[in-house]
Amino acid sequence: MKEIMQGNAAIARGAWEAGVTVAAAYPGTPSSEILKDVADNYPEIYAEWSPNEMVAVQVASGAAIAGARAMASMKHVGMNVASDALMTLAYTGIKGGLMIVVADDPNVHSSQNEQDSRNWARFGKVPMIEPGDAQECYEFTKAAFDISEKFDTPVLLRTVTRIAHADSLVQTGKRVESKIPLGLDPKLATKYVMVPANVRPRRKAVEERMQKLEAFADKTKLNKMEINSKNIGIIASGAAYMYAKEVFPEYSFLKLGMVWPLPKKMIADFFKKVKKVMVIEELDPFFETEIRAMGHKVFHGKDIIPNMYELSPEIIEKAVKGKSYKAPKVRVKPEDLPRRPPNLCAGCSHRPLFYALKKLGAFVFGDIGCYTLAVAPPISALHTTICMGAGGGQVHGAMKAMGKDALGKMVAVLGDSTFLHSGILPLMNAAYNKGTSTTIVLDNRITGMTGHQEHAGTGFTVRGEVANQVDYREIGKAIGVKDANIRYVDPYNIKETMEIVKEEMNKNEASLILCKDSPCMLLRRAKPLEKFKNPLYVINTDKCRGCKMCLEINCPAISWREGAGQTKDGNKRKGTVYINPDQCVGCEVCVQVCKFDAIEPAKK
Amino acid sequence: MKKDEKTTNIFLSGVGGQGAILASNILGEVFIRAGYDVKKAEVHGMAQRGGDVTTHFRYGKKVYSPIIKYGDVDFLLSFELLEALRYINWVKPEGKIVINTQEILPPSVSLGQMQYPQGVPEVFKKHFKGNVHVVDGLGIAKELGNLQAQNVVLVGAFSNFFPKIKESFFIDAIKKLLAPKLHDLNIKAFQAGKKAL
Repeated sequence: MKEIMQGNAAIARGAWEAGVTVAAAYPGTPSSEILKDVADNYPEIYAEWSPNEMVAVQVASGAAIAGARAMASMKHVGMNVASDALMTLAYTGIKGGLMIVVADDPNVHSSQNEQDSRNWARFGKVPMIEPGDAQECYEFTKAAFDISEKFDTPVLLRTVTRIAHADSLVQTGKRVESKIPLGLDPKLATKYVMVPANVRPRRKAVEERMQKLEAFADKTKLNKMEINSKNIGIIASGAAYMYAKEVFPEYSFLKLGMVWPLPKKMIADFFKKVKKVMVIEELDPFFETEIRAMGHKVFHGKDIIPNMYELSPEIIEKAVKGKSYKAPKVRVKPEDLPRRPPNLCAGCSHRPLFYALKKLGAFVFGDIGCYTLAVAPPISALHTTICMGAGGGQVHGAMKAMGKDALGKMVAVLGDSTFLHSGILPLMNAAYNKGTSTTIVLDNRITGMTGHQEHAGTGFTVRGEVANQVDYREIGKAIGVKDANIRYVDPYNIKETMEIVKEEMNKNEASLILCKDSPCMLLRRAKPLEKFKNPLYVINTDKCRGCKMCLEINCPAISWREGAGQTKDGNKRKGTVYINPDQCVGCEVCVQVCKFDAIEPAKK
Repeated sequence: MKKDEKTTNIFLSGVGGQGAILASNILGEVFIRAGYDVKKAEVHGMAQRGGDVTTHFRYGKKVYSPIIKYGDVDFLLSFELLEALRYINWVKPEGKIVINTQEILPPSVSLGQMQYPQGVPEVFKKHFKGNVHVVDGLGIAKELGNLQAQNVVLVGAFSNFFPKIKESFFIDAIKKLLAPKLHDLNIKAFQAGKKAL
């Protein structure tokens, strides 16, 4: 039967049909739906949210070494975290099939960088395949496990946002259990223990495997040649192929489904069959560099195709047609319109916390999560975002560099999921190395930004089973933060939060501040609205002076209404604010900001 | 290329939380039932946090790109006035349009730094004349007693552009994608939207 499926769902389906029994992941856009889909639909597969991508790959590879078919999935930057495992798994190989899905995000829709994961395949000396739509996500996933077992190697499956998050028709089939018997063989230590004496022969095995994979690349149906025009041909993969095929159906194509190693003979053959060959690829000139190194004369590549952001049908058409491209008529200049950036939800506990940090004038070493939105004006209270866990390490480094001058001036903030992902070690380091940093864990009881995935601090597994819940305070104590320096704050109480943060920032020792009772507004099971005394607040226009102070918290429920007027006691104003009753949840943050007591409780 | 092999492009735009994703899922089920190849693409990311949401929806005999080429939109379904205007250049000169009258203020407007664009339907009518249809989706949903049904009201209005597609496909899609307790409400919402054009 044909079904419409998201690329990520098709990967889950393919994995299930391929007989996968273990799947692990850490959420990251655009890959998060893969594991969720596995957990929701395929009970035969053990599924888990791991604390980070490295652990996910460790779990999946352990399962594979035990003979199971297993997978780990992550976003592109997650591969950086997992890469230490990958680079050596390439040497050891596996037993049951192992697929690692890495989802790139060209145009950085929701990421901190735009790296091209194809480079991992070349760097790590492992095969990589790249589907171009949901049907291929499904088929290539099944192929990944066959390749993995045939060549005794982890296989990377790369997607991009427009494949992972695009839906199209998939012809599905039945699940086939793996025929490989489960079990561990202690005699295989020379294969799995990577001490130098064992590494050297495995190093050679890697090269021999790459040669076999090169020969395979020339035969596999994952690579397809479509000869139309004898004059112009295009070499492309994944989304870029789909865009190019859309715009230039009359050209010949070499569609690379296996993007590493490359099919050298097939490429040479394509150059013989077609006069002018263009290489059209998103991000890096990965194919182009290799194809030029093979000695082929590339007609066009990155000289006309951008090496950053996403490609699209019009970008390709414009690049190829050059001056003869006719742009559609511009009726309205989109740059003149107000933008609509994402914002923290009404009632979100991050809003008062960052308002407090701003009032304290703190330099905030940030991290990755919803709270990164605090960088946006008018809150503008987050000053670095590098990678998961970075803030805790950076604040320590900055304080060491600046010495006494730094005390009381800076903090690190990160989410609960991020803390468990990579925030514990930087804090342990600060406590150990006599650091004076303050780390605030914005504990909203869930992985928020990526759409509510469970983690070791939520008390539930991916399938909703009750699970162990880590105790952040005990972690802090165990890694060396003094009990007196571990404090709780209620972010909705701005004044008290400021006092506690200020005290800890000024201490000559490492501190850990935990936000308490501040679950994500969208996390229904935590009943986030219950703590608010009143369901709604309104502006008393008799008192509102139009000072705009409450706009500084950037609450989506609050807006400015222009119009001269005055308060009841005769203070003139240029306008007043309005609280949208459909959006207000009664968090009282604006009430604390207003100096004129003009915001009052009301009934819904 | 024969005419019936041509791929048709539908663009949906709105704001996170308006239900544009469900609307595009309904269209997906509908056009599969009608025997077409379908591809659609949306950016999820941070849409839940009030950002703009767009879906590229394409159907035809064989669809390659999940993304519509800029300027090639045959049908625009917009859930919000500003988000309609933002994509006006994407629509072909002969394109057909349904615009919902809801306004959701972006931060720069809430803060009093920018003006919300005025007269959006008129701008569309200037360029697309009689092919522009303005629908008060929220008003119709309110009459039905559930604001959340706005998205299906708009799908109902939009369905008028596809007279060859059986109405039962839309009803089946609604039934497949929504919980049984929501079927009656949303079928009514679809019908009400259909009559609104």
